[in-house]
Amino acid sequence: MSTQTSFVTQATALPAYTSTTDLAISPPTREARGRARLAAASKDLRSEPGPIRFIIIALALSFLTIFVVLPLVVVFASAFSKGVSAYFAALSEPEALSAIKLTLLVAAISVSLNLVFGVIAAWAIAKFDFPGKTILITLIDLPFSVSPVISGLVFVLLFGAQGYWGAWLQAHNIHILFALPGIALATIFVTFPFVARSLIPLMQEQGTQEEEAAISLGASGLQTFFRVTLPNIKWGLLYGVLLCNARAMGEFGAVSVVSGHIRGETNTMPLLVEILYNEYQFVASFAIASLLAMLALITLVVKTILEQRLDEEQTPKDDSR
Amino acid sequence: MTIEVKNIVKKFGSFAALDNVDLKVGKGELLALLGPSGSGKTTLLRIIAGLDWPDAGEVRIDGEDALGHGASERHVGFVFQHYALFRHMTVFENVAFGLRVQPRAVRKDEATIRARVKELLDLVQLDWLANRYPSQLSGGQRQRIALARALAIEPRILLLDEPFGALDAKVRKELRQWLRSLHNEIHVTSIFVTHDQEEALEVANRVVVMDKGRIEQIGSPGEVYDNPATAFVHGFIGESIVLPVEVTGGSVHLGGRPLNIAAEGAASGASKLFVRRHDMQIGPAGTGSLEGAVRHVRSFGPIQRAEIALTDGEGKTVIEIDAPRDRELQAGEIIGLQPRRYRIFAAQE
Amino acid sequence: MGLTLTWLSIIILIPLAGLFLKTLELSPFQFWEILTSRRTLNALKISFGLSFAAACVNLVMGTIIVWALVRYRFPGRRIFDAIVDIPFALPTAVAGVALTQLFAQKGWLGAPLAELGIKVAFTPIGIFVAMVFIGIPFVVRTVQPVLIDLDPEIEEAAASLGANRWHTVFRVIMPSLIPALLTGFALAFARAVGEYGSVIFIAGNLPNVSEIAPLLIVIRLSEFRYADATAIAVVMLLAAFVIIFAVNRLQRWAQTRIPAH
Repeated sequence: MSTQTSFVTQATALPAYTSTTDLAISPPTREARGRARLAAASKDLRSEPGPIRFIIIALALSFLTIFVVLPLVVVFASAFSKGVSAYFAALSEPEALSAIKLTLLVAAISVSLNLVFGVIAAWAIAKFDFPGKTILITLIDLPFSVSPVISGLVFVLLFGAQGYWGAWLQAHNIHILFALPGIALATIFVTFPFVARSLIPLMQEQGTQEEEAAISLGASGLQTFFRVTLPNIKWGLLYGVLLCNARAMGEFGAVSVVSGHIRGETNTMPLLVEILYNEYQFVASFAIASLLAMLALITLVVKTILEQRLDEEQTPKDDSR
Repeated sequence: MTIEVKNIVKKFGSFAALDNVDLKVGKGELLALLGPSGSGKTTLLRIIAGLDWPDAGEVRIDGEDALGHGASERHVGFVFQHYALFRHMTVFENVAFGLRVQPRAVRKDEATIRARVKELLDLVQLDWLANRYPSQLSGGQRQRIALARALAIEPRILLLDEPFGALDAKVRKELRQWLRSLHNEIHVTSIFVTHDQEEALEVANRVVVMDKGRIEQIGSPGEVYDNPATAFVHGFIGESIVLPVEVTGGSVHLGGRPLNIAAEGAASGASKLFVRRHDMQIGPAGTGSLEGAVRHVRSFGPIQRAEIALTDGEGKTVIEIDAPRDRELQAGEIIGLQPRRYRIFAAQE
Repeated sequence: MGLTLTWLSIIILIPLAGLFLKTLELSPFQFWEILTSRRTLNALKISFGLSFAAACVNLVMGTIIVWALVRYRFPGRRIFDAIVDIPFALPTAVAGVALTQLFAQKGWLGAPLAELGIKVAFTPIGIFVAMVFIGIPFVVRTVQPVLIDLDPEIEEAAASLGANRWHTVFRVIMPSLIPALLTGFALAFARAVGEYGSVIFIAGNLPNVSEIAPLLIVIRLSEFRYADATAIAVVMLLAAFVIIFAVNRLQRWAQTRIPAH
């Protein structure tokens, strides 16, 4: 017992790496070394020798630090580079305030519409079989894989001065492009998949048994939805809404194409970041950017919490299988 | 090839998975490690294979210290419960894997590897599946391929962890007989882990019964069944009637009433009487040491299974017995019962 | 049901149909001429070429990051795990200005690099850096669950068959990850090709040198050359379709693991 223990302590101090050719030495040494090596290796058969482990961790962490952490730190460092008062002064500019207002408004519109239709789409896909279902799923996924610029472009082609309905809209004095409706439409387009996508797997896993039970007990369709389906998907729904909201507030490419960049009117926060940056107003630009970065960080934290919730809800089901 | 395990201790936190286990396996044996889940049988198997490490003790394969080598150097064939086949390789490549990863100095040439794989696939009678992928095979076929793969490296010993555990009952029965005959053919020293007593008794030539990290009994299938060494073994293997009795100076009492059986050296004190269901002799009321009312009878095949409420004062003890059908029992009938063969163990647990 | 389809039509189908109708207004000759004009061709080359390079880097680094996060325990592991999602969550414009600031000649990383004679911001290298940034979560998040769920027994089986760690990693584990790795690669590539916000700030946007295809679409739009914009957009959209299709096939392959013959 005591010899074993000492092997273990000795082994952890030794570098665990030895090649197989080393084994061709006289028996006692070989055995002792083999033991020491294996006592260390045995802790995890499925792991690599110490130095390799160290290199992999170092590579991973330095890459993430350079490419992900530093850009984030730069945002806040630049925003506060002229002090706290300059930061808040930049945020209370009328232009900044109007951009914040517009962003919140657009997010409110697109999130609520996508919430309703995302739930319905997910419900239809997860609980029913119908022809063209795969096409529907592909369509829902499409905005994820299309360049945001193209997402904006399609609306310019429809509503722009030279677009299909441009002349008609102009004659009736309806403004879609370079105005709130256009911005909202483009945002809805790019954020469409989030709610539906986060609900479909959840609803599929839960199946239709609980709904069937509710209906057999005399519940109406709406009662079934609000009392059975909705409580079952509430965390997944929140998850989808959260991601949808983050993207809606942060969308740049699509909105940039349809907004027209009218100062104080059609600039959302990301667009204002661009304009101020190009005008070399770095503090102001990064001040707005820091708000968006905060939004991203909060989203990540809440997302992590929600993922744990979702995991917990699914664990007991996994056990019973 | 022999295996020797000495004083193995393995703890997971404060839980002792193996508590001072000793075991010797002779050349060419087919040994079963039998026990309920958590008894430590799989841990023991994994330690022999080098997949787990003991906190203390020794493992010797052919007299050579095995703990000096990792799993990849022990030349031990291991068959997993869930096959652990490589999904991205064909059946052929799965079996060839162990030959292809040998150090360059000893690695065989391609033609030899192909011939060897072919030979093994013939042995497990699945040569026609060589170019399939594991996902295209049935469970039983997968397990045979896993076995062929383990045999490819010409292992000194073969270890099988619940080899039939993931299969359905019918395939399981077929594979049992097949494993038995395969072992007769290749005679490699083998240990398999199972929680299924029928499997252990039917396949192995020696059975090791384990419970709570300790070995309860080692013996031939006949020995562990007919002469259980401990109360645990008696309860775990075969179906037993267990009655709480009191031993005082060589005589046995149930509910204060003396039974007409000898204590056979059992120490005085609270004890348990173990009788096999079919070892209960039936007679007319008034004969035998026990008496009870037949509550229910089911007959199938050569036996009838009767549920009997013992008249042990309160009539609350109900036992099930198996009796031959030469004397048909009737519900409501009062009968006498006499244990033909029985064991008495002290009631500590 | 009907409601869903109507909504889907308004939001997605009609706009996309508009795009294709607009393209049909072009003669094949015009279409070809737009696409093969020097500036368009260069923009497409830059977008697709650099995206490919960035996706390759993401594939390698993503694998290393996943391995570290899944297989090893080290202080701060959970935080770094969460950090991987930042490129997903950070608005692209913010990422764009931040990366530019970081790699500009006076930036924290730009200054030391400039001393080595490497200019990142306002060059194609800058585009590449932004694309690497935006793509890394795709590889990590597609490979991570697969590595976590990988049956530990296959590694034990490999070891008991005499394989050393190197063989086990490269002949058993990596091949099992291939569908996920390819999916992550394709997703990172698709995202990089379409990326706009995080790239344009750092790109320099010099025609034929550091001008990406999405930017060229925006420029053509602002010049009211809708036909040009549409033609480029259609090519990119088709590329996106091909990638979605490939990813779907990969997923199906991963599920059955029966290679198509």
